Amino acid sequence: MYHKKECVAMLLAGGQGSRLYTLTEKTAKPAVPFGGKYRIIDFPLSNCVNSGIDTVGVLTQYQPLELNEYIGNGQAWDLDRTFGGVMVLPPYQGNKSADWYKGTANAIYQNLAFIDRYDPEYVLVLSGDHIYKMDYAAMLDFHKKTEADCTIAVLNVTLEEASRFGIMNTDDNGKIYEFEEKPAHPKSTKASMGIYMFNYKKLKQYLIEDENTEGSANDFGKNIIPNMLAAGESMYAYPFSGYWKDVGTVSSLWEANMDLLGENPVFNLHDRSWRIFSRTSASPAQFIGERGVIDNVLVSEGCEIMGTVKDSVLFNGVTVEEGATVTNSVVMGGVTIKAGTTVNNVIIAENTTVGANATIGDGTKPGDNITILGSDLSIPDGMVIGGGLLVNAEKLNELV
Amino acid sequence: MSTTGIIFSNLHDMSIADLTRKRTMASVPFGCRYRLIDFALSNMVNSGISDINVITHNNYRSLMDHLGSGKDWDLARRTGGLKVLPPFITAYSNDASALYTSRLEALKSIQGVVAGITADTVVLSDCDAICNIDLRKLIEYHNAEDADVTYAVKTVPLTAATSEHYNIVSSDENGNITDIIAHKKGVEGNFDVSINIWVFKRQYLQSSLLDAAAHGYTSFTHDIIGRSLTKQTFKAYRYDGFYANITSMADYYAINMSLLDPKNREALFKIKERPIYTKVRNSAPTKYVDGATVKNSLIADGCVIEGTVENSILFRGVRVGKNAVVKNAILFQDTQILSGAFVNCVIADKNVVVRNDVMLSGHPTMPLYIEKSKMI
Repeated sequence: MYHKKECVAMLLAGGQGSRLYTLTEKTAKPAVPFGGKYRIIDFPLSNCVNSGIDTVGVLTQYQPLELNEYIGNGQAWDLDRTFGGVMVLPPYQGNKSADWYKGTANAIYQNLAFIDRYDPEYVLVLSGDHIYKMDYAAMLDFHKKTEADCTIAVLNVTLEEASRFGIMNTDDNGKIYEFEEKPAHPKSTKASMGIYMFNYKKLKQYLIEDENTEGSANDFGKNIIPNMLAAGESMYAYPFSGYWKDVGTVSSLWEANMDLLGENPVFNLHDRSWRIFSRTSASPAQFIGERGVIDNVLVSEGCEIMGTVKDSVLFNGVTVEEGATVTNSVVMGGVTIKAGTTVNNVIIAENTTVGANATIGDGTKPGDNITILGSDLSIPDGMVIGGGLLVNAEKLNELV
Repeated sequence: MSTTGIIFSNLHDMSIADLTRKRTMASVPFGCRYRLIDFALSNMVNSGISDINVITHNNYRSLMDHLGSGKDWDLARRTGGLKVLPPFITAYSNDASALYTSRLEALKSIQGVVAGITADTVVLSDCDAICNIDLRKLIEYHNAEDADVTYAVKTVPLTAATSEHYNIVSSDENGNITDIIAHKKGVEGNFDVSINIWVFKRQYLQSSLLDAAAHGYTSFTHDIIGRSLTKQTFKAYRYDGFYANITSMADYYAINMSLLDPKNREALFKIKERPIYTKVRNSAPTKYVDGATVKNSLIADGCVIEGTVENSILFRGVRVGKNAVVKNAILFQDTQILSGAFVNCVIADKNVVVRNDVMLSGHPTMPLYIEKSKMI
């Protein structure tokens, strides 16, 4: 089919992710490294490819350089196609107006021309902030079967959690009759995952209407979904069961990394039926030395481990020297941890060097009081950095 | 100065017959995630050569699969790039032996391609040598000396047992080659040997191939080089980096194991401006489960380790079950050692399964080879 795609995915990747502090100082949240060799955006992108969706628009805004470079022509995800493929869509200057993306809905609105090129029946709206494996093709089948105008993927959460999410109240067939954003007294536990399947004609109509409405926040959750519901469109909740994690905070990012560990991990990366693709560099294999100890860890290529590593995730090219101990930590690419240093309950960003005999982090309660070391830092020998500190270059200058 | 590369993928297949029964020398797995051709290709790419021809002979399906479009070596190009040259046999020839048996015949079989080369110099390379060489320097030397052919040589200690696998290159103090002794048995001592990488002046390569065809020559060393030693300018260029030459299964085993020494990894893989590229397989990071013990081992991505691994080389996707012990072993892609099994001094080809509680052992001088997809 060279003139038409049945379904086009639009991936919202403009999120700043300010709660990840120094980890998103220089990069957008979807480009934050995750799970030893991935970035967050690899998950929705791989889901698209595994679901047979080969046309994806990636909407970027905040610090797009790293994301643009990472996605490139999409070859790593098999998305370098002659018709379709992956396309990075930054805000642009038009004939009559030039705008940043004002909201999630406005971001799609500004790129209606991109979607129109593929003349799709359906548009899938995704966010680049979550870690999960999901078959969008099954969701599309559901969407077709119910003859819905819009289908929203929902996850069953606990009643306490429900007040943090957009909650869908549905009848027994899954038809949505009410939507409540972060309700104080939730009536249901079906939380929106921020994954929407629309009939494109309807979506386009509502996006144009919304754009012409003064004072609208131009947001899917606040405007488009409530408007469609109010107008009596047919909307269904698609139940998803499985692992899904918003990695918007330091502790949830840490937890999601830890969920990959263990004999039967909560989230399995070694499942060959649903592979997660990523851009991989050419490094030699990992080496575990004569005195290296590894216990419940995930290690990537190019690592050299001479010390002790426990309950941790190590990215590409990490060096742990002899006598160093790394526990309950996430260590990103190119980091060196020198001899005799102890790292516990810490997230270390790319290319930072931790000097010898230093003590970083507080491991009394793993997952609490996580310390963050930003990228490209040089932590001096013998330095002590306590629990819960967020260290970037400025902060390090203060501490030294 | 432009350069074209030619890689011979099948020569030397006989030296590790077990591993090349179903693949070319070029596609023999090495060092956790590489194939031997990765070194020849990366050396060329890192030296700015982006027009590369790979001559094949037989069994080249695995090679085609590995190379693909060449994009992993940045060789999927509009101009130049990677060209795999399948064996060329004239229709109606009915001559089974039309397939080449020597380097010179291999070149003659692609005479049309060679005749079409317009680059100033041509680098030829085999796949049996594992090295990380800056070919730019070699080519600079070749051009500065205005040589017709320049041999890359390395000084190695030869023993009576190994000398027959090498071509000894003697040269004078100006680097002029004075003699080449091919495959002589029983030579001992330090000698410069050819690492099977050559630079040719393009015109000389083309004219000597025509000559060889006209005279019915068959040997590259004896006929092209040997006959013209006094007439042409043949130079030797000494390379002093990591070099290992696979001449037998024991060699293959020992060279893989030598990567456990950080000095060798440093010299082969960690030269900053000259990384070794290979096909990207997109495996997940390797997972070490609680209770895994790993010492002195080189391990690729995509493995799941639950047992004990010592002094071993594990390729991508290997699984070592609970209480399984892997010692001094080389395990190719997707091999599984099930729980309770014990393997020592073993080379397991792809997709081998060693079942629960099976014990297998070879010896470093005679590693036990287990063929592809075998279940034990």
